[in-house]
Amino acid sequence: MGLASLSANLLFVSFIAYLVATLFFGGAVKGAKSEASYKNNRWGKIAITITVIGFITHVGYFITRWMASGHAPVSNMFEFTTAFGMMLVGAFILLFYLYRTPSLGLFALPIAIIIIGYASMFPREITPLIPALKSYWLTVHVITAALGESILAISAVAGLIYLLKNIDLTKKTKQRFWLEAVIFTLILVIGFVLSSSAFKLSGYEAQFTYIDKNEQPAKIEYNYPPLFGMAGYESLTPDAMTPWAEMPPIVNAKTLTTFVWSVASGILLYLILRLIFRRPVAALLQPFAKKANSQLMDEIGYRAVMIGFPIFTLGALIFAMIWAHEAWSRFWGWDPKEVWALITWLFYAAFLHVRLSRGWDGEKSAWLAVIGFVIIMFNLIAVNLIIAGLHSYA
Amino acid sequence: MSKIKCQCGHDNPFGTVLCERCGRPQTEEAKESKLVDMRYEGAARRSQTYKRSIIDKIWNFFSSVKIGISIIVAVLATAAIGTIFPQKMYVAASTEAEFAAYYERLYGLAGTIYYKLGFHDMYNSWWFITLVGMLGTSIIIASVDRVIPLYKSLKKQRTKRHPSFMKKQRIYGEGPSEDPEAALIKAEEKLKELRYNVKIENGALLAEKNRFSRWGPYVNHLGLIIFLFGILLRGIPGFYVDETMWIREGETRSIPGAEGYYLESKQFIMENYTKEEADEVFGDALERVGMIAKNYQTDVALYKTPEGGLPGSDEMDFVKDYSIIVNKPLKFDGYNVFQMDFRLDELKSMTFQLTEKATESSLGEFTVDLTNPEREYELDSGARVILSDYYPDYDGVKDGEPISKSPIPNNPAFIFKMVTQAKPEGEMSFVAIKQTLETEVNDYKVKFVSAETRDISGLTVRKDKTLYLLLLGGIIFMIGVSQGAYWNHRRIWIQKGSNGELLVAGHTNKNWFSLKKELDQVKDVANLPSYEDRQDKESILQDKEVDKV
Amino acid sequence: MAKADQKKTRLIIRTIVLLLLVSAVVYTIASKDKVRVLAVGDKAPDFELVDLEGNKQRLSDYKGEGVFLNFWGTWCGPCKKEMPYMENQHIAFEEKGVNILAVNIAESNLKVETFIEQYGLTFPIVIDKDKSVKEAYNIVPLPTTFLINKDGRIEKIITREMSEKEIISLMESIQP
Repeated sequence: MGLASLSANLLFVSFIAYLVATLFFGGAVKGAKSEASYKNNRWGKIAITITVIGFITHVGYFITRWMASGHAPVSNMFEFTTAFGMMLVGAFILLFYLYRTPSLGLFALPIAIIIIGYASMFPREITPLIPALKSYWLTVHVITAALGESILAISAVAGLIYLLKNIDLTKKTKQRFWLEAVIFTLILVIGFVLSSSAFKLSGYEAQFTYIDKNEQPAKIEYNYPPLFGMAGYESLTPDAMTPWAEMPPIVNAKTLTTFVWSVASGILLYLILRLIFRRPVAALLQPFAKKANSQLMDEIGYRAVMIGFPIFTLGALIFAMIWAHEAWSRFWGWDPKEVWALITWLFYAAFLHVRLSRGWDGEKSAWLAVIGFVIIMFNLIAVNLIIAGLHSYA
Repeated sequence: MSKIKCQCGHDNPFGTVLCERCGRPQTEEAKESKLVDMRYEGAARRSQTYKRSIIDKIWNFFSSVKIGISIIVAVLATAAIGTIFPQKMYVAASTEAEFAAYYERLYGLAGTIYYKLGFHDMYNSWWFITLVGMLGTSIIIASVDRVIPLYKSLKKQRTKRHPSFMKKQRIYGEGPSEDPEAALIKAEEKLKELRYNVKIENGALLAEKNRFSRWGPYVNHLGLIIFLFGILLRGIPGFYVDETMWIREGETRSIPGAEGYYLESKQFIMENYTKEEADEVFGDALERVGMIAKNYQTDVALYKTPEGGLPGSDEMDFVKDYSIIVNKPLKFDGYNVFQMDFRLDELKSMTFQLTEKATESSLGEFTVDLTNPEREYELDSGARVILSDYYPDYDGVKDGEPISKSPIPNNPAFIFKMVTQAKPEGEMSFVAIKQTLETEVNDYKVKFVSAETRDISGLTVRKDKTLYLLLLGGIIFMIGVSQGAYWNHRRIWIQKGSNGELLVAGHTNKNWFSLKKELDQVKDVANLPSYEDRQDKESILQDKEVDKV
Repeated sequence: MAKADQKKTRLIIRTIVLLLLVSAVVYTIASKDKVRVLAVGDKAPDFELVDLEGNKQRLSDYKGEGVFLNFWGTWCGPCKKEMPYMENQHIAFEEKGVNILAVNIAESNLKVETFIEQYGLTFPIVIDKDKSVKEAYNIVPLPTTFLINKDGRIEKIITREMSEKEIISLMESIQP
């Protein structure tokens, strides 16, 4: 078990490193006058060094896990999402060296942390490959697609900074509402991670039998107190709570239960923040974005899309089609995951067109970048977990 | 349709915003704006020129980027709607009524509406195809309308631009210079070092690099068009074959869609990971999930009828043996055969024993091959069993006659005639699974002993002559998109003003940050006046504050 | 008047381009459900199958005569019903240059033999063991009957059970 546990430890180290680096980036931002004239200050140097160390250990996790399992560690939700987080940090490091902006780190790293945290909520053991995944295209397609997506995600980070800096949060506007909504969504993910970890630590388990949507009997295990029961459920765990309601067969009541618990914990967390600070959470974050240069953020956002879009096309569409042709006999089958990759691609194509020909830059461009990230996350989370298709391996 | 004559003497086509040669603004709007709009170099888009016939109007409609973006968004939205509920092709039903019932049963009213609107077959619907067709049209027309004027105006651009053009650039600076001539020479040297193409003409300098990146969008659009054209070709018969075949172990079958080719299935293999053989690293996963499939494989032999051979003829030439595995299709003559599905354990043969009822003693065993049964079975004891008739998929008796509902041995039943020494004229017995019927009381019976099964492989046969075209489209798209994304067209203009001052302007289609970094280097070497990025108001403001201090 | 000419050329080019694009879309919509099938008027694909006596039966052996080509299975109810009618008409039309050829799809000799015996069939019956003739003729439902005229072209395709009257008129239609 040497390599596998080494791998897990390395991931933990990088997680901690990102946390620490975030603090130092905070210091760097605080110390800088303005980012247009930012020259490395001491805090910034330490911050980027720690980030690079974290990234190296993260890559170390990736390589050791690859060695342990014998295949690229991108074959299930945990592995893919972790790799996505790794590439996000990698993309940030690249852009940091291009543009020297600690603000970007101050926001990119926490998002990477949330993503890794989210990833860890999925089963973490090393799984062998099912026949459909046994191909070197798994490595090529998934890594390229994740790389493209992570660079596109950086543009959303830059967009978020732009919005936090430029939206007037003292007035009640649509923009303020939506910005708060974006941040609220991030808090929901944190809520999911916290509640899921809490129940995992307490070792909660409830088992049920139920009737699946093909009218076959099946078994399911909840890790949360079951708020909703599967169609025709019967409890196998005597002291588990009785579900509030029974769901129709198409609804995965377990997913719904997890979702409701996460939302509830997220709302609770949000309310606590609001009660303590008595301000919108966006307003709490705003001071951290104040030092950023809007023009630079706009440019980073655009540049990231420019770098990420071709890579995404190559990985998520072209390589995907080549592999789909090898594995499933057709290069395109309108599987939901495929469709959402196409939607992502169309969205960024539209983004580039409005920017190039209609002159949508600044705030509009920033909003679009954030929406693009939402679509990517939707494809990663919702399509895998809710809309079942050929890709739902997790 | 008159030409616009610029003050510099150049004739510009109608609709020009900036003079092709000197860059003077030509429209009122351009004259008044603080920054010039440098898209397409201010050249006249061809479509904007004429608004006459209906054809021109349609053309102009598709030429608009705004319309193009709207079409992209429409395709995006329809594609998204198509993922709300499963598409038709992922639903196990065959008739329209079954589809309707499926959507209603699982998704209620929403499902019924979804089905009624035809959203369950979104991607084959005429409106979706029309939208994609409109997108293709838009790509073609909008590109053609822009690339030609852009090419012309980049070709015609003059080194010396009019000061009004310079002053309206986003990057602009002016200031006195002690020795403008020397500054230009120094700038030229530095710019050449930075790999710019530099031209100097009457006290004006134009440095330019990576102009080819401007063609990126048009190259990638060409790639997309080739791709869409490839998809169009699949409708032509013979370009595209998509068939499925089920083949049992031991069978030889003609390959659907591939005339003259035959496949023999030698065996189907399904393997799961076992705890013993899988590395210990997988132990936890196997513990949690239970079974994880490792391999699906059909071992086949491929045959071909000789030249001029007819369907049905026995003559076949062996081509090759192959193991079809998921991700490793069998390839021959442009066809691919994929391992897609399987069914396990169909009855293959049954072994029976002829016994004397009274003594339970055996008169010997015999095996009936369920796909190719024999008429007569000689037993060791000298007794014979004659198979009078056989019903592979026995489904009761109709009009006094046993019925088989298919040729597949799902529920085999037999009429045996048992000829023994004691009963040489024979006794009749009807034997089905778990039942035996006799017309009169027999002394002997046929007793079931054992059964053998075999597996069926589900294979998909594909031929797609358009693949290479699609791949070509993809490659061209990637070349175009990289050329547009990873390089940028940068230009720097420096010229002597009328009073000996220097004017500096810069433009790039993207990545202004790098342009400024390069311009800073030139500025330091050549003592150029400092410039402003007129879109970066924050920095301008800061600089002013610094000045005050 | 070069300008007017130019304008005219442009109009023509634009019209052609738009028409091409529209027809491409229409073609794609129209061709989406098309499957490769034999149609009336096509040449009937030749084949070579062995009958139960071991004689090779080729479709091209019947050149110059009409062929009533019936695909069937012993398990298929409607097939069973039309067999006696076919037998009657086989006798009636044999001399008139119309032949019946029945192709069983991949069943066992035993099944087919028993069936022939039971119904007393005398026209040639062949077994398509590897389903290659079935593929060549795109047979989906059973019974399916192809009426092939003396030139070897398909006159009619019937994908259901036929009455004796129908069989007579169909056989007359391909009488040379």
